[in-house]
Amino acid sequence: MRCKLFSSMDASLAKILLSPTTCTGSRGGWLNNAFEVKINRKKFDVLGRKSKHDVGLPGVSRSKAINKRKDTLLKEFRLKNKANKFVDRRFGEYDTKMAPEDKILQRFALERQRTQAKKDIYNLNEEEELTHYGQSLAEIEKLTDMVDSDSDSDEKGLLSAELTASNFGGGGGLLRKKRPGENDEDESQKHKSRQELIEELILKSKQEKRERQSQKEEAQELTEKLDQEWKSIQNLLVHKTPKAERMEEPEKPKLDDYDVMVRELGFEMKAQPSEKLKTPEELAKEERERLQKLEADRLKRMLGDVEENATQKQSHLSADDLNDGFILDNDDRKTLSYKDGKWNSDGGEEEGQEGEEGTGGEEEEDDEDGEDDGSGVDDEDDEEEEDEGEGGHSDLDSDQASGAEDEEEEENDEGEEEAAKAKPALSEEERKAMQEAAKAELPYTFAAPESFSDLKALLDGHSAEKQRLIVERIQKCNHPSLAAGNKAKLEKLFGFLLEYVGELAMRTPPELATVNIFIPQVYALCQLFPAAAHKVMQSLLGDSAHSMEESIEVKGRAAFPGLDMMIYLKIVALLFPTSDFRHPVTTPAFVYISQALTKCPVTSLESLSAGLVLCSLAVEFVSLSQRFVPELINFLLGLLHMAVPADTCTGTYLLVPPFKQQGKASKLLLLSDAEASNSWSRKAIPLTSVHRVTASTDLEKDHYRLSVLHTCLDLVKRCTLLYRQLPSYVQIFQPVRTLLAKHLPVQSYPSSLQELHREILEAIPETPSKHAPLVFEKKKPIPLKLLEPKIVLDYGKKRGNTKEERERERLKHKYKKEFKGALRELRKDTRFLAQAKLSDIMSRDAERKRKVKELYGSLATQEGEWKALRMKKRK
Amino acid sequence: MAPSKKSSVKQSEGGNSEISYKKRINTKTELLLQSRRHANDIFDVLEYLQSEKEKEVIFAINACQKIFCALLERGDLYVGQLPSEEEMVEGDRDADEKYHIFIRHRYSNCVELLLDNIGHEVFQVKEAALTALMKFAAAEGQHPLQKLEFSNHYNFPLELILAVVRCLLSGTEDMALLISRFQEFLEMDDVRYYVMSSIRDTITRVMDRNKRAVMPVFQNNVFTLLTNITIPSQSAEINNFLIRQEGKYEDWKAAKLKEQKRAFEQTWLTFLKYKLPGNMYKKVLVILHDSILPHMNDPTLMIDFLSAAYSVGGAVSLLALNGLFVLIHQHNLDYPDFYKKLYNLLDPSVFHVKYRARFFHLANIFLSSSHLPVYLVAAFVKRLSRLALTAPPTGLLIVLPFICNLIRRHPSCRVLIHRPSAADELCNDPYVMDEEDPAKCHALESSLWELKTLQSHYHPDVAKAAKAVNQPLPGLEDDLSKLLELTTFELMERDLKSQSLAVPLEFDPAGGLLKSAKEVLGVHFSLE
Repeated sequence: MRCKLFSSMDASLAKILLSPTTCTGSRGGWLNNAFEVKINRKKFDVLGRKSKHDVGLPGVSRSKAINKRKDTLLKEFRLKNKANKFVDRRFGEYDTKMAPEDKILQRFALERQRTQAKKDIYNLNEEEELTHYGQSLAEIEKLTDMVDSDSDSDEKGLLSAELTASNFGGGGGLLRKKRPGENDEDESQKHKSRQELIEELILKSKQEKRERQSQKEEAQELTEKLDQEWKSIQNLLVHKTPKAERMEEPEKPKLDDYDVMVRELGFEMKAQPSEKLKTPEELAKEERERLQKLEADRLKRMLGDVEENATQKQSHLSADDLNDGFILDNDDRKTLSYKDGKWNSDGGEEEGQEGEEGTGGEEEEDDEDGEDDGSGVDDEDDEEEEDEGEGGHSDLDSDQASGAEDEEEEENDEGEEEAAKAKPALSEEERKAMQEAAKAELPYTFAAPESFSDLKALLDGHSAEKQRLIVERIQKCNHPSLAAGNKAKLEKLFGFLLEYVGELAMRTPPELATVNIFIPQVYALCQLFPAAAHKVMQSLLGDSAHSMEESIEVKGRAAFPGLDMMIYLKIVALLFPTSDFRHPVTTPAFVYISQALTKCPVTSLESLSAGLVLCSLAVEFVSLSQRFVPELINFLLGLLHMAVPADTCTGTYLLVPPFKQQGKASKLLLLSDAEASNSWSRKAIPLTSVHRVTASTDLEKDHYRLSVLHTCLDLVKRCTLLYRQLPSYVQIFQPVRTLLAKHLPVQSYPSSLQELHREILEAIPETPSKHAPLVFEKKKPIPLKLLEPKIVLDYGKKRGNTKEERERERLKHKYKKEFKGALRELRKDTRFLAQAKLSDIMSRDAERKRKVKELYGSLATQEGEWKALRMKKRK
Repeated sequence: MAPSKKSSVKQSEGGNSEISYKKRINTKTELLLQSRRHANDIFDVLEYLQSEKEKEVIFAINACQKIFCALLERGDLYVGQLPSEEEMVEGDRDADEKYHIFIRHRYSNCVELLLDNIGHEVFQVKEAALTALMKFAAAEGQHPLQKLEFSNHYNFPLELILAVVRCLLSGTEDMALLISRFQEFLEMDDVRYYVMSSIRDTITRVMDRNKRAVMPVFQNNVFTLLTNITIPSQSAEINNFLIRQEGKYEDWKAAKLKEQKRAFEQTWLTFLKYKLPGNMYKKVLVILHDSILPHMNDPTLMIDFLSAAYSVGGAVSLLALNGLFVLIHQHNLDYPDFYKKLYNLLDPSVFHVKYRARFFHLANIFLSSSHLPVYLVAAFVKRLSRLALTAPPTGLLIVLPFICNLIRRHPSCRVLIHRPSAADELCNDPYVMDEEDPAKCHALESSLWELKTLQSHYHPDVAKAAKAVNQPLPGLEDDLSKLLELTTFELMERDLKSQSLAVPLEFDPAGGLLKSAKEVLGVHFSLE
């Protein structure tokens, strides 16, 4: 069997076993004894795998373990139930890593410290008196010469090893081998008295010192002499040497330069391999892919599939995005221009900065390539240029301008809130002096407004473009990456900005152009903080809906929402996807529109406009998802009904509230003069007509009516296109069709309207289309219960699929292993202890036996002696 | 009239009139009550009733109340048929009698003035006048001014009450506030009874005089007064009287519940006999089923009114349903073509009116019977789903489960959402929307394509509810009660309150207000 074992042993193992290098010291023996080796047979031989555990040495490891136990467990056992114990506090006694020399040195140092510490701490002058053999070292020192003190430190006060060795027994004992012959000599010296010995020693050492001193002096003299001689010869020897000598001095800075350069090169950012510039085709392709992905996401949401899958990334970064670190550069520039007065002279540096900025920007763009679309990049570029332009301009300005401006900026520096308030106050005094400059110049830093009134104060009195710039700068100065609280500040800013937009819309006249300019900012902020943005939007919608609801509860109807709400709704469409099946903002917005369209009666030209805006918004909201909005059709039908002359109106179609078949408002869209249609030309209705229709004359009013009718018909047309697929398409549009075909006085309308009218009638078939009757969706048949055993094809243990599961599995396994190991060790411990106890008892018994035996022995001899004595007597 | 002749007195006082009028009235009152000698001072007090300062009027009213109540108690007022003042001088009466007659005349003057004051513009004055009059009524009841005859031995100041009611039921002014003040008197059983008869009297008089034309204010006042009348539910509760009759309650009509109910019933019928303004119709119908019908002796008397209302159409009909339901359910009313009418009630406005919840609640009850013919249920289902195409989301959230419930109750209606027999044949919708007879509208041959349409409704909840018909309906009916009162704002709040972590954003960057990829608003409107 053993032979077989050996035969399975592979070559490398044999090598290990037999190689002489591994045999060291007393352990060498085991290798020769094959019975001490345990070989773990490998099942499969994997090439190139090194296994640690192919050979085991049970004997060795056992003795190791026993030794270890003896060191630890046994000691503990011996000390068990003992109050006192011996603690070895010698420095580094158990530190095996320390070299013995170190240990000794350290101990010595500690010893010295200890003695020193005991000294009077207030005694500053007197140092410790060093002694040697009871003699003060200071005394000894006095005996030496002054030259002696100058001598090399390593020899100062120390005696040579040989001397020490020969005179003080211990000194170099370790180093010195004791030769057998020396013994006699030592013994002869022993005869001299101690006093004599010391005197001799001192003499010897002084002599040595003196000799060394003189030697050294001689050597020095000689070298000096040599030097002088050499110098005198040097000039004669080489002709060019003095030049070299002269060159030496200017060479030094050059070397420095070089060094500097080398160092600079070392520290400088290495040119990193940038990504390859993409061709326009590649860019376009990437862009298309990105859009396709986003669109696919949108479609999923529209169908309501991934409603619960909330891990939606929103990492799209727009052209206006600020999340790219680009801000930091801007910020640099900000501080630069901020200290204009001081930095002006140093043009080069500024340029350098600008250059860096540029490259930085480009790099960013490169990085962002994957995300930024082409136009976005362009935009960014434009914006940057614009900014730089602004910056440059302001620099110039500040060049020209006096310290007044600096003051202004200092003020900005001082208090952030003050800046806002102080500005108008300043303007009164100083604008006269420097109107142009002050107007062109905007402060570069803005504090984030803490309240809506702060923002208003900041923005009031500026042109639309300036306002945009201010908001942009607020945004940049308070970028979340710059300070901890900035995120909250910008989130607030979004709310204030929306509020401001609402206020702009409610002004008379509404400043919609300014609103328009703010839209990119709002969009960018929304992309940065979607959570805050949707909260703000929700609260705006909720508040407005709440007030509308209250009015409905009291009066049963409500007035159309103001222009601000229309703008908000439009912004909702711009910021959030309206096609989602359910969305925390757009769904309430839908409900809001529906509420307004069903509960707000149309009583005036203004409300016509308001209703149409809402209708357009509704159409826009559903243009992608093609969802059905009944209120929209009802409302358009009601509006068209207003254009029908009274006499033709019969009950052929049913109107839905808030519209009434008759009533004073039911003829609102009737043209007062059919001639008006001749002079009418289509143009967009101003949004402000929601608040006030400017038309004063009958003709203008008729024109307005025609515009409204045109919009109305166009929306109907869009609806027919949107809902063509619905099974009840015809039923939905039947009332509209009846109205358009039979009652609307189309003949009096301009040709473009007639055209629209015709198109709509064509789009709605007179007879309903055919449909298959409804059937339930086919369900998957539920499989019968089977009695066969379940066969799992996945053989073996099921492994965790996720990383966590695997990790868990691994840890479990490890725990089990450790647990088993610990158990084993504990068992071994107890066995060892039992053995130790047993051996204790055995040894105790043996001792006792021995003593008893001894006693018996002695007694026996006593007895023997006594008997012998008795025998003697008897004899 | 006597007091007006002496109108020279009061206006000159000026500055210190504030205290002086109080003092003067008080002293006069005291004098009057002390001795007959000062009887003429009553004119001065009555003068104050016509003053322009409401404080004076109120003070005077209180004084009058005090004076005449005291006098009534003393029996200083003439009892019996009152001779006119001219007669008084002529006839040979003793001074005592003359004095009585004089005081009685002053009393009726005072009552007249107080009734005038009920029409005063200041509420406090009205209120004071009203309470004073009711005090008089109480006092008169204790000390009747008419000689009791045997036939009518229950003394109650009928004329006074009638006069008060007439004033309350003004034709020109909304008296709602005063009427609510008057309610405390209406809790007294005798007052209530006589007020009801007075109301009847007033209605007939006023309406006949107006040739039965609609009088919104008057009718509104009547309605307010009538709604303030509540008949106790048990006869034991009738024990609260303004005027104590001495132990003769058994035969007194006012003390009998049945009589009270009869009076109540007749009053309402009288009121409803005349043409009512539109909103009054609705108001009556709203309270009809729970505050009128239970208090009537014979609720079936209301059938005429209710069926008339039911055929009016629109919201009125919807409201009449409730009353009709009570009659059909509790009083065995057999209403021909009830379901046909109900069917015809369904029009787009059903989803928009205020009483939507009530209507669907009742419709749910009416259609809960499992004995209804299938064609009828199918017609309802089909019509409702057709109308759902114009409904707002809150309406849809009611009607969709409603339809599903109907189909569950009547499994034979399942063909409407599941017709596997003709699954592949395309067909036109055979349903005729304009047909008034549910039997002839071919609803059962149709399918609910409307629900299919609504599956693409913009509101996710509606779309989900509509998608229920894609699968076989689960056995349990949906609970409608929570959905009935759902308002649009609540619907909106569901989404606003929901805590969603990730909010999807629009990925098309926005360049301007009217510059999006799918712009519609910008096509028709400009930024101006």
